[in-house]
Amino acid sequence: MKRVQFQSKTLPYLLLLPQFVIISIFFYWPAAQAITSSFYIEDPFGFGSTFVGFANYTDVLFSAEYRAIAAFTVVFSVLVTFLVLSLGLLLALKADAVIRGQSAYKTLLIVVYAIAPPVAGLIGMMFFDQHIGPFVKFVSLFGWDMKVGLNYYDTAFAMIVVAVWNQIPYNFIVFLSGLQGIPVSVREAAAIDCKSGTRRFWTIILPLLTPTTFFLLVINMTYSLFDTFAVIDVISKDKPANNPITLVYKVYLDGFRGNDLGSSSAQSVILMLVVLVLTMVQFRFIERRVHYG
Amino acid sequence: MHRTGFFDHMILLFGVFFMVGPLVVAFMTSTHSAADIHSNGLMLSLGNDGLSTYDKVLFRGSGFTGEVTGLSMTMNSLILGIGFAVGKIVLSMLAAYAIVYFRFRFATVAFWLIFTTLLLPLEVRIMPSYQVMSDLHMLNTYQGLILPLLASATGTFFFRQFFKSVPEELLEAARIDGAGPVKFFIDILLPLSRTMIAAVFIIMFVYGWNQYLWPMLMTTDERFYTLMRGIKQILQVWVGSQIPDYNEAFALAVLAMLPPVIIVVVFQSWFIKGLTESDK
Repeated sequence: MKRVQFQSKTLPYLLLLPQFVIISIFFYWPAAQAITSSFYIEDPFGFGSTFVGFANYTDVLFSAEYRAIAAFTVVFSVLVTFLVLSLGLLLALKADAVIRGQSAYKTLLIVVYAIAPPVAGLIGMMFFDQHIGPFVKFVSLFGWDMKVGLNYYDTAFAMIVVAVWNQIPYNFIVFLSGLQGIPVSVREAAAIDCKSGTRRFWTIILPLLTPTTFFLLVINMTYSLFDTFAVIDVISKDKPANNPITLVYKVYLDGFRGNDLGSSSAQSVILMLVVLVLTMVQFRFIERRVHYG
Repeated sequence: MHRTGFFDHMILLFGVFFMVGPLVVAFMTSTHSAADIHSNGLMLSLGNDGLSTYDKVLFRGSGFTGEVTGLSMTMNSLILGIGFAVGKIVLSMLAAYAIVYFRFRFATVAFWLIFTTLLLPLEVRIMPSYQVMSDLHMLNTYQGLILPLLASATGTFFFRQFFKSVPEELLEAARIDGAGPVKFFIDILLPLSRTMIAAVFIIMFVYGWNQYLWPMLMTTDERFYTLMRGIKQILQVWVGSQIPDYNEAFALAVLAMLPPVIIVVVFQSWFIKGLTESDK
């Protein structure tokens, strides 16, 4: 906060008013509704609703289907986060190291940031298409008969590839600016003390990048949990039957397709709690070991 | 030294190939005819049918009412992108100004009420949000499309960080010269924030343009379809063993990605500044 501040009885409230109107109507009201309706079972024909306590929650948590989806979501998020972090860092390190063509590489590598997840999904679908997909033809040489949309694991593979592809640019930009923020004097000192580039990376560069990595970890987790909705929707071709889906997709599916408001709301609340716990864990435990230079 | 440089370039070129290759292929393939693509697969060269395909995608009416064209969807995407970006900048600049520059009761409460919205993306509260919108009779309207997306604190945090980095001396000097809060905001803070506003605008425009789930639920009336909703429509043809017109699907994808790609490439330096300054 500033040392010098304005004093005014009404002005700050007036300035905050528009934002508060928006978040109360479009955030707090729906969030409250989600919590309330998670304790009710709605009559499918619209004749009122019955209070059922925690029944929606127990139904969800004890269902084998929900657990399978939760397991997939965890695997998916961890893989996407890990791949995106390492590939983004690798490209940033290399782009930082080269002298010639650096800005051209930079421009080309960030272009994909602008691509919407559904468009990324659509392009991915073409590459993994049964009839025309070059990737499918290529892997068939090795005896992999890839069937995206029919085979659970093939579909999951396509989803992960597309989700990673779409998120690499963001990680690349942030890592690159983190790298370029390391003072030249530190790098030079490190270069004198330690000849091996690999060792220098693990002992000097990476520890200095931990705040950046920590920030990206949070962002990528949120990305793989929520923003990949469109990728999943497009690649499962709107037909989730035997295809892998994530927890967020399930919220949508039960709410809009299944018309099961109670269960969908209970799942929303569970996800809210998961995000809350994740954020707290990240700030409590991970940030403590992070090195801030 | 020379050798490491060579390997660095190899890895970067491979990265560029993996990242940009699919986009080039998508564009090239969209200029071929559907039959051609069907028999020969994806293309790496320009075809002869590009103009007619794009003409068809942009101007021919499709959908249930026959009123949806690529052009009308592009317009709606523009309205969503620009409306969202402008709304976000106005709301969050005002709120951030209050939080950083004023001493008032409930400042901490206000801060936390805004911060909480970061925890819960729209995707998670999608069902109740839809119900609220339907209660307010805002389905199939532009305000219904834009306003709920504004209910998160990303922009506010961005401007809060930026305002905090503005030197205190400026405010002291302005106060000595007798400037009130409104004058200070308009004459000093606003001009100082120009680059930041541009950066936030680009990021938010891309975010709004690329919205998928919310427009998909909110717009049942085809006049309000955005390009992303059009992508969804292609998929609905695709369900089952039906094969879509690959060339038109690709053309629509190119149309949907072109404006954000151009903006990000042209305003690259602002955009990178926006992305990297906001995390501090």
